[in-house]
Amino acid sequence: MIHVRSLEKRFGSRRVLSGIDFELPRDGFLLVTGANGSGKTTLLRILVGLVAPTRGTVEVGADRGQLGFLAHEPLVYRELTALENLDLYGRLYRVPERRERIGMLLERFGLWEARSERVAAYSRGMGQRLALCRALLHDPELLVLDEPYASLDEQGGALLDRELEELSGSRTLVVSTHDPARVERLATQRLSLA
Amino acid sequence: MSYLADVAALTRKDLRVALRARDTLPAMLLFVLSTLVVFHFALPEGTGEDAAYGLLWVAIVFTALLGLARAWVPEQEHEVFDGLVLAPCDRSAIWVGKTLATLAFLLAAQVVALPAFALFFAPLDAVAVVGVLLADIGICAVGSLMAAMAAAGRARELLLPLLMLPLSIPLIVGGVGAAISTEPERYLLLLALYDGIFAVLSWASFEYVVTES
Repeated sequence: MIHVRSLEKRFGSRRVLSGIDFELPRDGFLLVTGANGSGKTTLLRILVGLVAPTRGTVEVGADRGQLGFLAHEPLVYRELTALENLDLYGRLYRVPERRERIGMLLERFGLWEARSERVAAYSRGMGQRLALCRALLHDPELLVLDEPYASLDEQGGALLDRELEELSGSRTLVVSTHDPARVERLATQRLSLA
Repeated sequence: MSYLADVAALTRKDLRVALRARDTLPAMLLFVLSTLVVFHFALPEGTGEDAAYGLLWVAIVFTALLGLARAWVPEQEHEVFDGLVLAPCDRSAIWVGKTLATLAFLLAAQVVALPAFALFFAPLDAVAVVGVLLADIGICAVGSLMAAMAAAGRARELLLPLLMLPLSIPLIVGGVGAAISTEPERYLLLLALYDGIFAVLSWASFEYVVTES
């Protein structure tokens, strides 16, 4: 599903990533770890196509419609409600039975009661739950999650644990985290960035 | 059909976000009205109508710049742009949606501005109004692209006027010409050509502006 060869990324004179090589088969689970500033976010943004590598090759066997990305920001409009945000993405991703899928995800991530509130009124944890709903909305083949446990409370973390457990083995997953113990048992491969 | 559905969804979203934020439209309305009031007092007594038409265009262009400067703020502030760019729709639909929403706000500002201009300075005939409408399309089409380019940089407030004002010159020439010339159709044609050429260029180049290659 993912082939990365001799990947290098520079921002100006600053080298963020260098000599990254790995292959991740379909339905594999890659756990990416590393200290702050080690390039985890940059690597993930390269994998989803938001950032171009300076050198090396990156081949991802999923097009945009099959890719789910959880970023540091929820990537939703603060002026819109959770329902409106997910409806917009559902339309753009051509999600079949969109309303049912949105309702199911909001219910699953504990946001159904707050579905008609503007995202600006959400706590960071609620925003992260909504971001997970957005990333999972179109049932992507490849799921790239950058620090998915950030801002989640214990209950939210447990919900995500359950979700990842269900997805691992049937979807390709790339997860970066500062808390590797949480998903270590699910990972089929590890990449530690220095 | 799916392209049009994407454009409709994105335009609706842009209008909804801007109306709820309650910053862009009120600012544009107040700005264009206060600019015309200032011009009314600044223009010396006895100055011809031609000068007033020129000032109308100054007000229109700067009001549009105000709206364009805010156009991509919701996408930029919380990196929502990444979410839109990753969606499998044609990326030019994002530009079309933003252009239509900005055009709607500019037209709303002109619903106030044109009667105010007629009250303070001189009446506008149908040809002049058509000139304004054609110029609006050009301003919003090019402006949405320029605003997206400026938003990617750090100094968007500085960059947008620097990019946009030189590109507005043909629109101002066409708009003023349509209002005061004895052969307004030539100027309307200029405006229509500008709209067609620059809308196609902006539509085709938007993808390259918003993605890193």
